[in-house]
Amino acid sequence: MLKSKRNALLGATLVGAFFATNAYAETTLNALFMAQAAYSEADVRAMTDAFTKANPDVKVNLEFVPYEGLHDKTVLAQGSGGGYDVVLFDVIWPAEYASNKVLVDVSSRITEDMKKGVLPGAWTTVQYDGASYGMPWILDTKYLFYNKEILEKAGIKTPPKTWDELTEQAKAIKDKGLLATPIAWSWSQAEAAICDYTTLVSAYGGDFLKDGKPDFQTGGGLDALKYMVSSYTSGISNPNSKEFLEEDVRKVFENGEAAFALNWTYMYNLANAGKDSKVAGKVGVVPAPGVAGKSEVSAVNGSMGLGITAVSKHPDEAWSYITFMTSQAVQNQYAKLSLPIWASSYEDPAVTAGQEELIGAAKLGLAAMYPRPTTPKYQELSVALQQAIQESLLGQSSPEDALKAAAENSGL
Amino acid sequence: MSGTSMTTRAWLLMLPLLAVMIAVIGWPLIDTIHLSFTDAKLVGTAGNFVGIDNYVKTITGSNFQRTLVTTAKFAIISVFAEMVLGVLAALLLNQEFRGRTMLRGLMILPWALPTVVNATLWRLIYNPEYGALNAALTQIGLLDAYRSWLGEPGTALASLIIADCWKNFPLVALIALAALQAVPRDIQAASLVDGAGPFARFRFVTLPYLAGPLMVALVLRTIEAFKVFDIIWVMTRGGPANSTRTLSILVYQEAFSFQRAGSGASLALIVTLLVAVLAAAYAALVRKTAGSNT
Repeated sequence: MLKSKRNALLGATLVGAFFATNAYAETTLNALFMAQAAYSEADVRAMTDAFTKANPDVKVNLEFVPYEGLHDKTVLAQGSGGGYDVVLFDVIWPAEYASNKVLVDVSSRITEDMKKGVLPGAWTTVQYDGASYGMPWILDTKYLFYNKEILEKAGIKTPPKTWDELTEQAKAIKDKGLLATPIAWSWSQAEAAICDYTTLVSAYGGDFLKDGKPDFQTGGGLDALKYMVSSYTSGISNPNSKEFLEEDVRKVFENGEAAFALNWTYMYNLANAGKDSKVAGKVGVVPAPGVAGKSEVSAVNGSMGLGITAVSKHPDEAWSYITFMTSQAVQNQYAKLSLPIWASSYEDPAVTAGQEELIGAAKLGLAAMYPRPTTPKYQELSVALQQAIQESLLGQSSPEDALKAAAENSGL
Repeated sequence: MSGTSMTTRAWLLMLPLLAVMIAVIGWPLIDTIHLSFTDAKLVGTAGNFVGIDNYVKTITGSNFQRTLVTTAKFAIISVFAEMVLGVLAALLLNQEFRGRTMLRGLMILPWALPTVVNATLWRLIYNPEYGALNAALTQIGLLDAYRSWLGEPGTALASLIIADCWKNFPLVALIALAALQAVPRDIQAASLVDGAGPFARFRFVTLPYLAGPLMVALVLRTIEAFKVFDIIWVMTRGGPANSTRTLSILVYQEAFSFQRAGSGASLALIVTLLVAVLAAAYAALVRKTAGSNT
């Protein structure tokens, strides 16, 4: 009798303990990331595992979508009332997300150490109207990658410092019969095309907006598009660029079919050390070139941040996840596909080892990062510009007319 | 049982279904109609009443007109090709030969694939750098060099139509094949004895049995083709230079990418109206053909 009572008690304790652990691990965070460029899906999963190991009371559900779906998925989930606690967002969205209350203002959560340690340029990624809507996480810009072997065969000693030099070198490579179309770009009807265009706009000293009105249809904005069109029509750029995204550019470059390519940080270690790359060990990287008399180098701000959504019921846990993911220790550990936001990391041998060339290019490129316009109507402007770029490349419209039409259709 | 109590009972039995339909279709529809007269954003404010502004702006906009033409082109060509291919495949699979059952099974495969899978598959086939189509065409000498199929306005829409046909002709073939089973063998035999050629036999013996079911297939396919979104979104996202942007993609951009729920709703309702008109026209046609058969 006593024994059975004891067993019953033991049973009850076990059941109680079971429920207790369940009650303990009750916070579930839903997080949305992208399956494209920067940190790989495997990296993000490994970082998250480390977080949940250190915080057993929090469970994190990860979801990955292509970059092209990231904005719409975030907004739609919000519109339908449910959704994510933590979302990855691009530098171009804080204006819209802040005006439409998609993300919460986290300015008060950011510590003095964070303010001091993170590169000033990185902060622009998450700020709008004086407030911060998250932590910068992916610090990225487009670099000019080149195939050292092909340049050597063409007798080229140093990679181009200006965009005109790039044209000359590509022509030389084409004329020597080394490659039919030496340059690869991501000019598909997508944001990728705007990033390449912005890099050129920054080189030519152009402006997207002046006093909130479109200003890209003249001056540097027009010169940038004209450069793209002439590079395309003169046959030195891969004509398939107009349907390429960043991953297509990477594949072409890794197959040794491009001497030059404009792409994000992540391509460096994948192309130079990846097991599928045919150009491993031959990859060079420099900041995107400048324009004589106007700029030394050029760069687009392609950084991304992590923010807490306005519908999240667990903002505190979400913030502790974000601070973990953006911490210097984690970023230094995974610095092969995306470089840290922390200034002192760039002097840390553990980060720079084996990628000194990339770090060298990053120091110049990251300092020159040029923003895409900050406006709540960014998506409309971007779609109008994508159309202008493609129509000009296809010869359906002159760059002047195409950009004028984009300015009218931009909704600004 | 009297007619009235039959009617009452029928309505009572239908009530649960009606309630569900009103909840999942009626209410969202009314909500969308209401939205379409406001300047509501997707997230945040409810928006102000703006009358028919959204409709006027949508219909007079150049985007809408151009997109309507693209959608019509896509729908007409792809549905026509699917009908022809479907009937031909059904006639072939209706013959007696070894392996027929296996072929009939295989034929359904493309239709059973999720559209996104199909679209991804065809994007690989059309790939300008290492696509199978380029490889095949250059190897048999039809093409000098690899080319960009989805990157040129001249070929992008046609390439999408081919991918859509490959996926959807099996549905037409399936419906036609089922209809063919109803053609009485004695009439076929009699027409053969009377010396009717293959075309005459198809036109006067087979086709009358096919007309009704094919009309249904035509209605279904046209409505679907008019609403096309996923296959294009995955393959070209409406590019190059918006040459493959259809009405549904325009609705998506307006309502979700640009977050203008109000004008997006007006555009969606215009598309719904167009599809409803098509459906009504076909329904009338179906009634007419059914009437002439009996």
